[in-house]
Amino acid sequence: MSAPSTAAPLPIGQPWRKPPFIKRPWLRWTLIIGFIAYLIAAFLTIDVNWSRVYDGLERGKQFVLAFTSPDFTSRSGDIWEGMIESIVMTVAASVVGIAISIPIALGAARNVAPLPIYLICRSIIAVSRALQEIIVAILLVAIFGFGPLAGFLTLSFATIGFLSKLLAEDIESMDRVQAEAIKASGAKWTQWINYGVQPQVMPRLIGLSIYRVDINFRESAILGLVGAGGIGATLNTAFDRYEYDTAAAILISIIVIVMALEYLSGVIRARVQ
Amino acid sequence: MLRLEKLVKTYKTGDQALKAVDLDIPEGQVLALIGPSGAGKSTLIRCINRLVEPTTGKVWLDGTELTGLSSSGLRRERRRMGMIFQEYALVERLSVMENVLSGRLGYVGFWRSFLRRYPQSDVDEAFRLLDRVGLAHMADKRADELSGGQRQRVGICRALIQNPAVLLVDEPTASLDPKTSRQIMRLICELCRERGLAAIINIHDVALAQMFVQRVIGLRFGAVEFDGPPEGLTPEVLTTIYGEEDWEATIAPVDEDEETAVEAAE
Repeated sequence: MSAPSTAAPLPIGQPWRKPPFIKRPWLRWTLIIGFIAYLIAAFLTIDVNWSRVYDGLERGKQFVLAFTSPDFTSRSGDIWEGMIESIVMTVAASVVGIAISIPIALGAARNVAPLPIYLICRSIIAVSRALQEIIVAILLVAIFGFGPLAGFLTLSFATIGFLSKLLAEDIESMDRVQAEAIKASGAKWTQWINYGVQPQVMPRLIGLSIYRVDINFRESAILGLVGAGGIGATLNTAFDRYEYDTAAAILISIIVIVMALEYLSGVIRARVQ
Repeated sequence: MLRLEKLVKTYKTGDQALKAVDLDIPEGQVLALIGPSGAGKSTLIRCINRLVEPTTGKVWLDGTELTGLSSSGLRRERRRMGMIFQEYALVERLSVMENVLSGRLGYVGFWRSFLRRYPQSDVDEAFRLLDRVGLAHMADKRADELSGGQRQRVGICRALIQNPAVLLVDEPTASLDPKTSRQIMRLICELCRERGLAAIINIHDVALAQMFVQRVIGLRFGAVEFDGPPEGLTPEVLTTIYGEEDWEATIAPVDEDEETAVEAAE
């Protein structure tokens, strides 16, 4: 076999460059220069009040220095109560949210559910994901009043969008033949899910659940700022009173708990794989 | 016992995988289905237990017509068709025992299977089958800890515990080494003989098929091109099934293999 005679001579001795992503030079340069110009213009629109920054530095310094002397004692009762409330909210919302997520995830996996159910479940997920936690919390505080009930409902709602979506994606990417083999034995739909699907997605479900517990705890600290209970409410009060040392104590407690959860999730995930 | 009537499968893409296939398999007959990739072998097998829905045509199993069955009727009939898969298709995160017992899912209720409380007779049968294929000591291992040959043996147990009337076998040896391939084929054929089971074995390896089966069906472009005893597979026949190639090398060593297989069996 010889090379086709019509081909151009081989470019031996000529340098080779990777062809640019945008072929037309004028378009390429217009985009690059336009982007840089936009960047400069954007920076110029930032209006900085430098005297305010100078004043603020002092407050910032106090806040940072408060971490060297966090005050766990003078508001220990509030901190303790807030923490317990946050933990209760986290655990309850995670359990309820995950329990609701699993059937929705099954419904949102195209290889498991028929089209109408798929569309319904996907819409539930879309709604849950479209609404940011804070917005949901503000709405629910308006409905249910201040306190952890609103926070619990917000976190449950957010858990559904997160867990259902990711679990459904894992179900969709499972090994089809393993599930097919179970179906071929004459299994009912429920048995098929239990034997053919569940073992394949279990490690992912456990990993996601622990991760969600972690997120829910961190979110519970934020939700307090809009009045949905938990440690966030305590933190908000501390800021309002300029009690930076108490705020530092609360933040340190949150960091410790999140790190403990992180460690725990690592251990559990390693074991279930 | 198993009869296909004008079975047609046209995929959504417009590919016609099966073109009016007629096939009659008497009780206890082990049949090999050969043909090039894409000839419709897997589709044919899957149309029988309706993992793939046939477009038109009928499938009769002992007087029951399968293509018209409701989903519960289909589940009942699927129990009588054991399936063995290419690449084993064991549920990898379940134990060997759970995989074998999953063959009983069509017989036990949801809660029993969910709680893994199978009737003692099922558990006993599972152990007997595992012992028969030499894996009784592996019962509590996870399926992904096993080697390829061992996994396929578990797959065989899972199909047999259904107490089927027919085995549908899809490329049982596709990912096994030559020696293990023969052992698996021999095991399947022995078990079929012991239990008087009919089987359709879908297989790429023509020489291996010739060693073990009583009847060969050659499929090409979704139509039956050859139907006869394994001795009937001459180079000309193989050319009509697969296309032009030097077939002497494929068929010649078969005779020797057959002798060694007979020796080994004795």
